[in-house]
Amino acid sequence: MTLFRNVVFIAAIAGLVAGVVLACMQAYATVPLILKAEVYEQAGGGHQHDHAAAPAANATDANAMSTAAPAPAEIAAPAEDEGWAPADGFERFAFSVVSNIVTGIGFALILVAASEFAGGIGNWRQGLFWGLAGFAVFTLAPGLGLPPELPAMPAADLTQRQIWWTATMVATAAGLGLIAFRKSLPLALLAVALLVAPHIVGAPQPDSFGTAIPEGLHHQFVVAVTLTNLVFWLVLGAVVGVVRGRFTGTAASLRDSFV
Amino acid sequence: MNTASVSLGTSVSSQSRFMQLALAAFLGIFVIGFVGFSHIDAVHNAAHDYRHSMAFPCH
Repeated sequence: MTLFRNVVFIAAIAGLVAGVVLACMQAYATVPLILKAEVYEQAGGGHQHDHAAAPAANATDANAMSTAAPAPAEIAAPAEDEGWAPADGFERFAFSVVSNIVTGIGFALILVAASEFAGGIGNWRQGLFWGLAGFAVFTLAPGLGLPPELPAMPAADLTQRQIWWTATMVATAAGLGLIAFRKSLPLALLAVALLVAPHIVGAPQPDSFGTAIPEGLHHQFVVAVTLTNLVFWLVLGAVVGVVRGRFTGTAASLRDSFV
Repeated sequence: MNTASVSLGTSVSSQSRFMQLALAAFLGIFVIGFVGFSHIDAVHNAAHDYRHSMAFPCH
């Protein structure tokens, strides 16, 4: 199990670094937009999950954002029982950071395992390309059909969307893999079909798109999510390349035909 | 630690190599599935901001 151990070791380091970077970016770029959206969510009668203990931060946000939206504290939304949730503020932030690091390691495991099948990521530059592929597979392609959404936005059935998301991810990964590693025209055509097919099938859509979330806020969020994920994947790929290079001691005989 | 001089774990057979890489990938899929896709309320609430920020299907 030497190989398995090495893969886990590299993935742990890369996932930790990229996860911390992503958590920092999220704290400035995406989480403030989510908190703003939650003000609309709660003004609209406490949708599916209000974070019951109305945060002081949200209250100030509410006042700054719009006088029409009542401060969350005044709403006293009917407390739907949604189980445990982290308290707003530090605890919530801490759980986000942990989620980022844990899934960062998860993405790194997939990235390292997939790239080892193809000869391994030899250096940080190859890592950037692998990172771009990961970005395309896990963010770009699913995000075309199911754009990043804010709380209180209408959406189709959760399980349906998760199935479409996963299928799109798999098809895009297979398509990119065929293009990158098979030098054959029919397979390239099949790859294009795989890339396009999920979007012809189409993502599950909500019955109605009506939402209290302003268009501008949502657009800002889509841009923020896409860019933070791009940086995450580039960092993840590059760190894998660097760590793996240190680990193997030489990058000389690694496949370099990819770039 | 530096027994593998060329690629990771050169000494293993190709079948074992495949199994180990598949196992690693499966572990990663499991971790992401649990944090990002689990329907358990407590898990959803804990990773709520993360799920939105990664454009995972949420709610």
